[in-house]
Amino acid sequence: MKQFFVFVRKEFYHVFRDKRTLFILFGMPVVQVLLFGFALTNEVKDSPVIVVDNAKDEASQAIIGKMYASHYFDIEKAPLSHNEILENFRDGKIKAAIIFPANFNADLSHTNKAQIQVITDASDPNTATTVLNYATSVIKSYQEELAQNTRIPYRISTEVRNIFNPQLKSEHNFVPGVMAMVLMLICVMMTAISIVREKEFGTMEILLVSPFKPILVVFAKLFPYLTLSMVNLVTILLMSVFVLGLPIKGSILLLVLLSMLFMVCCLSLGLLISNIAKSQQVAMLISLVGMLMPTMIFSGFMFPIENMPTLLQVISNIVPSKWYYTIVKFVMIKGLGFSSIWKEALILAGMTCVLFFVALKKFKIRLE
Amino acid sequence: MASLNSTEQQRGISVSVQNLTKTYGKNKEVLAVDSVSFEVKKGELFGLIGPDGAGKTSIFRMLTTLLFPDSGSATVDGFDIVKDYRQIRNTVGYMPGRFSLYQDLTIAENLHFFATLFGTTVEENYHLIKDIYVQIEKFKTRRAGKLSGGMKQKLALCCALIHKPTVLFLDEPTTGVDPVSRKEFWEMLKRLKEQEISIVVSTPYMDEATMCDRIALIQGGKILSLDTPDNIIGAYPDTLFAVRSNNMYDLLRTLPQYENIKAHYAFGEFAHVSFKSGNASDLEKFLKQKGLSGIETKTVVPNIEDAFIKMLQS
Repeated sequence: MKQFFVFVRKEFYHVFRDKRTLFILFGMPVVQVLLFGFALTNEVKDSPVIVVDNAKDEASQAIIGKMYASHYFDIEKAPLSHNEILENFRDGKIKAAIIFPANFNADLSHTNKAQIQVITDASDPNTATTVLNYATSVIKSYQEELAQNTRIPYRISTEVRNIFNPQLKSEHNFVPGVMAMVLMLICVMMTAISIVREKEFGTMEILLVSPFKPILVVFAKLFPYLTLSMVNLVTILLMSVFVLGLPIKGSILLLVLLSMLFMVCCLSLGLLISNIAKSQQVAMLISLVGMLMPTMIFSGFMFPIENMPTLLQVISNIVPSKWYYTIVKFVMIKGLGFSSIWKEALILAGMTCVLFFVALKKFKIRLE
Repeated sequence: MASLNSTEQQRGISVSVQNLTKTYGKNKEVLAVDSVSFEVKKGELFGLIGPDGAGKTSIFRMLTTLLFPDSGSATVDGFDIVKDYRQIRNTVGYMPGRFSLYQDLTIAENLHFFATLFGTTVEENYHLIKDIYVQIEKFKTRRAGKLSGGMKQKLALCCALIHKPTVLFLDEPTTGVDPVSRKEFWEMLKRLKEQEISIVVSTPYMDEATMCDRIALIQGGKILSLDTPDNIIGAYPDTLFAVRSNNMYDLLRTLPQYENIKAHYAFGEFAHVSFKSGNASDLEKFLKQKGLSGIETKTVVPNIEDAFIKMLQS
């Protein structure tokens, strides 16, 4: 036991004396949360929009007022001709133009039907769709108000509600993604590198030719990185609550326990990589390309899995981060309990057991 | 195993190697160790002497249970290197060829780490390493990566000794170490013998061979000769001459033209020469004819290197 303790302390010396590793270890989660939270967002804020109000009546003013009130548009009112609007689009000055026809209110109140033209710059389709959606939702909300006031019977209106994330905040999706990515990267890469480093420097030879059991070497290697990953997990959760204002809806205990399961899974992967890799560079490369890429692509965090070809959907099932990502999303954002995620948890636990067992089996107690 | 164990112990044998063979490569095309056999007695300082690539490290790694032999067998302290690898790992001390300590840990931390790993404390066996450790103790808060070559080796030796091993395996401990530190290092090994520790050491430096009790000269994975350094030198069959002239390059080119010559090779500032027949004065005459000047010849006592070269050439 004393040997184990001394070994673990040595691992911490390695981490804390290597300034670069330390920086990556604790800087990465912070940087990623901030980066995804504030820079890499697909929210469209303050898009420049021109409003051509040919009606200038009660209804058009009300809708424009609502648009001002949302932070989505940076509105400029200008009585421009069709060609002048096109000119503005070509120069890239505006993302959208909203045109109210004359007699807008009259049409609306008499025929119950009025038209608004929304023109968007579809050279950037994502932004165009988003702006269009924002505009539609503003118009729709006005329409609903109208419907409440005038009692027209049997009026059917579709109501779109973005549940769980009513404001379409993109932070909600990326926090579980960042958690999966950071834990994956730290557990896999740090474990793999720290073991391969022992091989590279020849210290592994001495460790093997000692009474210290090889299996204890493995556990002494895993323990410090599990601890450091826990620190990172807490950092990310604290940042998401206090910096991004995203509450943890589900059970924190459940979230932490399942995160630990995922960490053990990643540590086992790191252990497996250390068996293959001959140098620290190779270990790092395999961790990055072999682990981080699939996490980004197949977890559903950046690209929806449902839209992938069937083959890729099948492949995504063997990526542990996919299951972890789903678990975190369900527990943290939807606030669901264990009964809703037991299937994912079981799959992740199964993967972890297999990987851990194989990694232990494969750990070389000799040089060949 | 038990019977072998006890008989080996009785005979006072620490390491026993029989026809040990090791190959590398997919098709076993690289023969690194070729049916090597030797025995190391208790408390003996045994040297494996040979150039780079002779197979020394492979032998060490097999004896320290890090590699499986292809064929043959060996025991360390009576334990089989394949079956009883756990027991061997418990008792031996091993210092690999390159510096294998933690560069980012200080001297004291490295020593403490390895002492604990081997289930002992620095205090318990301090008497073993005292002579060596006092030389580096004043740098004990310095990180191992920042030490000089000699200090690194002293530290590595301390770490390999701290658990009072029964057999100490030192793979080229003095490579890359300055001559003064090398000399000190060998004196330490001599003193360790008094502690009843058997030492197997390898070196590419011929001059270190004479410090060993017995040596095995190896080349290409084969043992060429195995005896005490004195016996190996004593068995040198020829009278050896050292020759020099003002122009060594011309001398070395001219020597093969002399018909009575048996062997010749550059040796420091001299060329070492032995004859089939004839003597040194005939050679001097011959060289003068060939236009060389400042010729000087003298008989020399052969040393290990001469013996080794002789074996390589025959």
